[in-house]
Order: sequence, then structure tokens, then C-alpha cells
Amino acid sequence: MCVCIHYLLWQGTVCACHFKGLELAATRCLTRAAILEARAAYINRAVWLLEARQQHRLAGELPKTTWRKDANAALLSNFEVFQLLTDLKQQRKESGKSKQSSGQQNLNTIMYETLKYISKTPCRYQSPEIVRDFLTAMKGHKLTKAEKLQLLNHRPVTAVEIQLMVEESEERLTEEQIESLIQTVTSVLPGDPEEEKQTQSAVPMEDDCD
Amino acid sequence: MLSSARAAGTLLLPATMFVLVEMTDTVRIPPWQFERKLNDSIAEELNKKLANKVVYNVGLCICLYDITKLEDSYIFPGDGASHTKVHFRYVVFHPFLDEILIGNIKSCSQDGVHVSLGFFDDIIIPPESLQQPTKFDEAEQVWVWEYETEEGAHDLYMDIGEEIRFRVVDETFVDTSPTGPSSAETSTSGATEEVQKKEAPYTLVGSISEPGLGLLSWWTNS
Repeated sequence: MCVCIHYLLWQGTVCACHFKGLELAATRCLTRAAILEARAAYINRAVWLLEARQQHRLAGELPKTTWRKDANAALLSNFEVFQLLTDLKQQRKESGKSKQSSGQQNLNTIMYETLKYISKTPCRYQSPEIVRDFLTAMKGHKLTKAEKLQLLNHRPVTAVEIQLMVEESEERLTEEQIESLIQTVTSVLPGDPEEEKQTQSAVPMEDDCD
Repeated sequence: MLSSARAAGTLLLPATMFVLVEMTDTVRIPPWQFERKLNDSIAEELNKKLANKVVYNVGLCICLYDITKLEDSYIFPGDGASHTKVHFRYVVFHPFLDEILIGNIKSCSQDGVHVSLGFFDDIIIPPESLQQPTKFDEAEQVWVWEYETEEGAHDLYMDIGEEIRFRVVDETFVDTSPTGPSSAETSTSGATEEVQKKEAPYTLVGSISEPGLGLLSWWTNS
């Protein structure tokens, strides 16, 4: 008798009358407590199934990608994206080309284009240690997070570029401070090695701010 | 089918070109992929769904950063696949207002200069935001900055393929999810409707009307 009840509970589709019929038959062998317990378990399972069906219906009709509205608080420098994409490219190369190409085409395109773009910026010469040194060096200059990140991504070498990236730079920074900022940026962040050889041989002239 | 959530207004938080956005989604893994590690299958599915796509009011999704939380997987009656709710972070391209970017000139037209970043194409610099005075050369179809010095006016051409530094001044998101069959003008103008509907879901408006902005060759010391 116990076995029969367990089997029907697992099926989950026993309707009330069947259960009642079984209950009458079972009263002879099972205690009342056991029957109540079995009925409670049946109801729980029925409820679970209903919920699951609802979820499935929702999942079938409205697959929603949701995001938290204030959740883009994490800023990524170009260098971090460059690292991430190079690692991903390495991983995919190692695992072989066994993936279906149609679904992966979008990812391939965006990875290739973004890597191409970032490779043209000074970020390709950076490393985590350089980024850390840069941020420590920037502590004394009182710049906002966004400004420091822009300097990291673009590596400005002239005062005009600094004025573009730092808001209200005429009021916040004097000329000497701008000069020292340029010095810090160019010394900590590595630039294009070929360009550096050219500028070292030419006469330095940097004054073109209004 | 991409999301239908409506975030009120654009996100004006200070950020950089690339941001991390926390998202949740239910991922369906078909039974023939059950032998693979769940994390790998989920990562692949998410990349397939979101990479190189614009999410309304969020930006252009690049690739998956990491998976923060995996909830229980359910198998529903009638479908052999497993459904898992995933919390993950995605790298999204979303430059903030007043950010400086460097791109390449794609083309010039009466509407302004079209700039491309390689992975993102829909950037326009309208004529009023170009360095003044600028005029449009009809013969060569390029915009020309008439730079005046003591020696006279230099004509600085904005040629295709040149690198240009610009500031982002505005962004527009357009919801391009399919609507129902349009009531008016259904049968006849089928072809023209196709052309009209090809709006870019995410456009940026730039400006180069400040010293230091414009073609990189204009501002390098030589």
C-alpha cells in the first residue's frame, strides 16, 4: 500500500478522488498521521508543478535580459578590455574550431574589430604594473576618476590635450602643474617606441596653449 | 529576443568608453550540450545572444566579463533543455558625455562628418559642431576647414580614412524591436519601408569645435 501511494505522488497527476479512494483503502494499514503527511506532500508537489509550469510559460514567452539600472559603476580601462579580449582569443584558439560558426560570428566580428581599435591606442604597451604605478603617481594631482582614466587611455603629450580631458583646467591647474602632469604621463606610460626615438632626436617644443 | 525593459532616461554616470553592466537572464541549454561544463555552455550562449548587439539604453555589448551567480537549473515538462537563471557582468561600449575619442573618418556628406571606430560606426559630427569656418566642397564631397592665419587662409581637408579626435556630446537610443504589422501603407511601399526602417539603434553625436579636436595631423608639432 505504501508503495502505491509513493508511486502516485511521484506521478503528481493524481486527482482528488483517486487519492480519496486510496485513502479509504489505506486506512486499514496506515496510521492517520502517515496519511495526512502523504496528502501534504502531494499538495506541495502539485503546487511545485504549477509554479514550474508558470515559470516555463514565462520563460517561453518573454525571455528577459534584465540589468540593474545603476549597475554600470564598474569602469574598465582600454587596457583591461584589451587583456580580456586577448585572453578570450587565446582560449578560443586553444579549444579548436569545433564551434558552430553562425552563432559565433557576431562575437568574432566584435572581438576582431575592438582588438584592432585598441591596438592602435597606447594601451598595447601597458601592463598591470604600469597601470598601478600610473594611478599612484596621479594621486597628487587631484583629478577625478574619469579624468585619470582618460589620461590612461589616451596618453596626452601636449598641453592642449590635457586641457581637453581635464575639465576647467585653466582654473584647476597652473601651467607648471600641466607641465608636470605631462611629464608624469609620458614617463610612466610607455608610448610608441618608434615615435619616442623620433622625438628624442628632434627639438622639443610644447607651447601651444592659448 | 532581446530585452524589453525600459530604463528611464540615459545613464549619465561618469564612466569610460567600456563599462561593466550587471545583468540577469535565463539561459537555455539544449540536451546535446549537457556533456560540456555548464559554465562554458552558458558563456557561449550569452555571447551568442549579446555580443555585437545594442541593448536599448545600455550600449553596444562586446563580450562576457564573468558569471557572478548561477541559480538552480530547471527542466520543464515538454522541453528537454535546462533553463538556468544567470547573474553575469558584460563588457559594454558606452562612452560618457564629454569623453574624448579617436576615430577614422568614414565619409562626409551634407549632414556632417561620419566617423567610425571600427567596431562602432554610427557617429556623426553635424556641420555646426565642426571647427568654424568650415565649408562643404561639393566637387570632392569633403568638409574643408578654412583656417586663417596671418599668411592667409589654409584649406584643411577632412579626408576619408584620416584619424580624428572628437568629443561625444550626445547619444540616442532607438528601440528597433519589431512592432506589429503597420496599419497604414502596407502593400505598395514594401521596398521603401525596408529602407526607412534601417535606423541605427545607437548613435553618437560628436563635436570638434574646440582647440585640440579634429584631425590629429592638425595639432601635432612638426
